[in-house]
Amino acid sequence: METIQNKVEGPVTDELTLVRAAKQGDDSAFEELVRRYDRNVFRIAQHITQNREDAEDVVQEAFLKAYGNLQKFQEQSKFYTWLVRIAVNEALMKLRRKKPERTVSLDEDIKTEDDSLPREIADWSPNPEQQYTQAEMREILSKTIQGLPPGFRTVFVLRDVEGLSTEETAAALELSVPAVKSRLLRARLQLRERLGRYFQKRESGDGNQ
Amino acid sequence: MKCSEFLHELTNYLDGVIDETTKVELENHLSWCHNCYVVCDTTKKKIEIYRDSQLYELPEDLRTRLRSAIMTK
Repeated sequence: METIQNKVEGPVTDELTLVRAAKQGDDSAFEELVRRYDRNVFRIAQHITQNREDAEDVVQEAFLKAYGNLQKFQEQSKFYTWLVRIAVNEALMKLRRKKPERTVSLDEDIKTEDDSLPREIADWSPNPEQQYTQAEMREILSKTIQGLPPGFRTVFVLRDVEGLSTEETAAALELSVPAVKSRLLRARLQLRERLGRYFQKRESGDGNQ
Repeated sequence: MKCSEFLHELTNYLDGVIDETTKVELENHLSWCHNCYVVCDTTKKKIEIYRDSQLYELPEDLRTRLRSAIMTK
């Protein structure tokens, strides 16, 4: 079985050149960074906040904060990782404001080991995504991810949707590498199980299995 | 290798970050354990489905608002 390849992003040197130009006051360089990453930031924000308006606010606040604090960016990580950290913090803050009765943090929802063990093993049909229209798929994917606790879905989105490495995800979320790995495993297994409800092979016959 | 041990390594396996010996053990387990094969295969499929989906297009007016907010800073 082949492993999953991460998406390749733009060349790092190019990013750094833009960052340095932006630090020197070149606004068009910063605009280019915005253009390059705004869709990714928007997607991350939507996944975490689960709300379009909040996500739009998060995009705006994250880029403004990055712009205002650009001189503090030490260039020890990729600019994108730094930007993601800002955006995730903004998005989690939005969630906290909305759910003041519950503190939302990345440290919540630690469950016992057994929670991640699959209960549902049924196989999927060969091309499950073709059973649904694009709009239906969007609805299914978004509904499914919504059911995950914020700490899990944030890790899943950064690692598997945005293609950040485990180390970059850990840096962006200020978590340890083992914590990222354990959340990712649980998120992956939980999502698989939830999606299975839509994608399972339709069994013919007694209908009870 | 037990199923729980396989699952423990699943993420590293899918990401291709395991040593050769463990990989051989995992693939050996996969060759006879149908349940783990299904879990592994569908998990991989699921990640690919999410990754390929363009869930959210950025609204053009958000881009415009963002640009003018930066310019006025």
